Amino acid sequence: MISVTGVSHALGGSTVLHDIELEIPKGKVTALIGPNGAGKSTLLSLIARLARHRTGRIMVDELEVGACASNTLARRLAILPQSSEIAPRLTIAELVAFGRYPHHLGRPGKHDREKVAEALTLFDLDGLAQRTLDTVSGGQRQRALLAMIFAQDTDYLLLDEPLNNLDIAASRSLMALLQRLAREHGRTVVIVLHDINYACAYADHIVTMKGGQIGPQGDAETLVDGRLMHDVFGTDAAVHRIGGQTFVAV
Amino acid sequence: MWRVVLGLVGLLALSGLSLFIGVIDLRPSALLRDSEALQLLAVSRAPRLFAVLITGASLAVAGTILQMLVRNRFVEPMTVGTGEGAALGILLVTLYAPAASLFAKIAMASATAFASTAGFLVLARRLPPTQPYMVALVGLVYGGVIGAGVTFVAYQNDLLQMIGVWVTGEFSGVLQGRYETLWLAAVAAVLCFVAADQFSILGLGHAASINLGLNYRQVILFGLLAVSLVSGLTVVSVGIIPFVGLIVPNIVSRMMGDNLRRTLPVIAMTGAGLVLVADILARVLRYPFEMPSATVLGVIGSVVFIWLLYRPARHAP
Repeated sequence: MISVTGVSHALGGSTVLHDIELEIPKGKVTALIGPNGAGKSTLLSLIARLARHRTGRIMVDELEVGACASNTLARRLAILPQSSEIAPRLTIAELVAFGRYPHHLGRPGKHDREKVAEALTLFDLDGLAQRTLDTVSGGQRQRALLAMIFAQDTDYLLLDEPLNNLDIAASRSLMALLQRLAREHGRTVVIVLHDINYACAYADHIVTMKGGQIGPQGDAETLVDGRLMHDVFGTDAAVHRIGGQTFVAV
Repeated sequence: MWRVVLGLVGLLALSGLSLFIGVIDLRPSALLRDSEALQLLAVSRAPRLFAVLITGASLAVAGTILQMLVRNRFVEPMTVGTGEGAALGILLVTLYAPAASLFAKIAMASATAFASTAGFLVLARRLPPTQPYMVALVGLVYGGVIGAGVTFVAYQNDLLQMIGVWVTGEFSGVLQGRYETLWLAAVAAVLCFVAADQFSILGLGHAASINLGLNYRQVILFGLLAVSLVSGLTVVSVGIIPFVGLIVPNIVSRMMGDNLRRTLPVIAMTGAGLVLVADILARVLRYPFEMPSATVLGVIGSVVFIWLLYRPARHAP
């Protein structure tokens, strides 16, 4: 379980997170949704120690973020940040292999190579393995980064808007894969999503955020309705339930 | 793989050639019967060859590491103030402790090189990452400012000539007993190879580095130390050798990518080969006179650099 207690955070003088209290259940897909600037990415990056939190406490199981060794946490938790970074000239196979670094620290063994091969196959990258990152499309690059995070083989996966750059087929298969990781392998997935319909369809648990604070949370069926759309997102989108599924009309 | 073997064979051939070029006529056959010939080899030709190879290899590796630290392909130690920083160190030692040992000179040159490189890193961090050429330009200006300071102080103290001799990169002064500290630069380059994965990960960016559990600050610090040490050592021993750290990493990256575990040995080899070719040219172009190798490299390097800047932009940053 990831538990966040009393975490506040300021960026450039303005407070972006106010006294966050949050428990993220283990072995489930949890979606973080909310309007732009709600603090979702910031919260994710604090949990993944990409930025230091100054107040409060973040625990990943028994590990305290910021206090435990970074390498220990790297074997427990992986993050895929929103990427806009410049791609180095690595082949996709090389990039995915770096996902094993926290385990082998520079000396990959047989097990590491197997994990890399598994990740490449799972993300349908076998045919692209020898292509370099700067010669593939944005979506393929995104898949390669996801495969790297997967090869890292951690109990917790934090993904910041991983559906950017992915078409509908790739988006659906990624979400289904994440669901499988949670159900069959007991992995915990925390995912920032912009498209609420994806959150409704694939997440076991939905956490809303607004103005740096945690809003209502729950599963799609009980949580998402017209009132939530109004209160959290400030828009009057209609919510329909068809065949047990929740849809937000856009 | 065959390219690496071919490269090694070429490097060995050039090394052999280098041993037998010089004002004193030395033939391979003479080595067997003439003790004077052997002495010439041991005292002058072999040390010169080693100095050339180590300088080329370690500067190319240092250039690669610096490019990973800055995440920019258009920088190298001699264009971002590292070399000028080392020159500043030599100047300070000459001014305030003229009797200091070689080791003191190297320590001071490396320390000032470290400070100036760290200063550049701080500057570069504030520049927009979307404009890679700006980082290179700021580096040139920054290095130029430090260089101007060195020139001014040297001028004031009548040391201009001495600084010129120290800083101009050439290998004619290399003799047995006067270059051995350069092996430390080779050690630094080997240590960089040991940490190759960490530098490759650094090239993936801050977030990816932290995600993979890298001690980000520690790797940056180690990289800075290695770059400064290599620069300090080479500037003190042979002077400023330009462009090696810039063009070699770029060429190898285009051919083999950025996985340093795979590319660093090739980078080292190519760097050694390039400086060796420049040094051979410097010795034979106006035989029996010699030009500074740095001048030859300046001509080769600037042409290649312009080509790098103007090549199709697909791979630009």
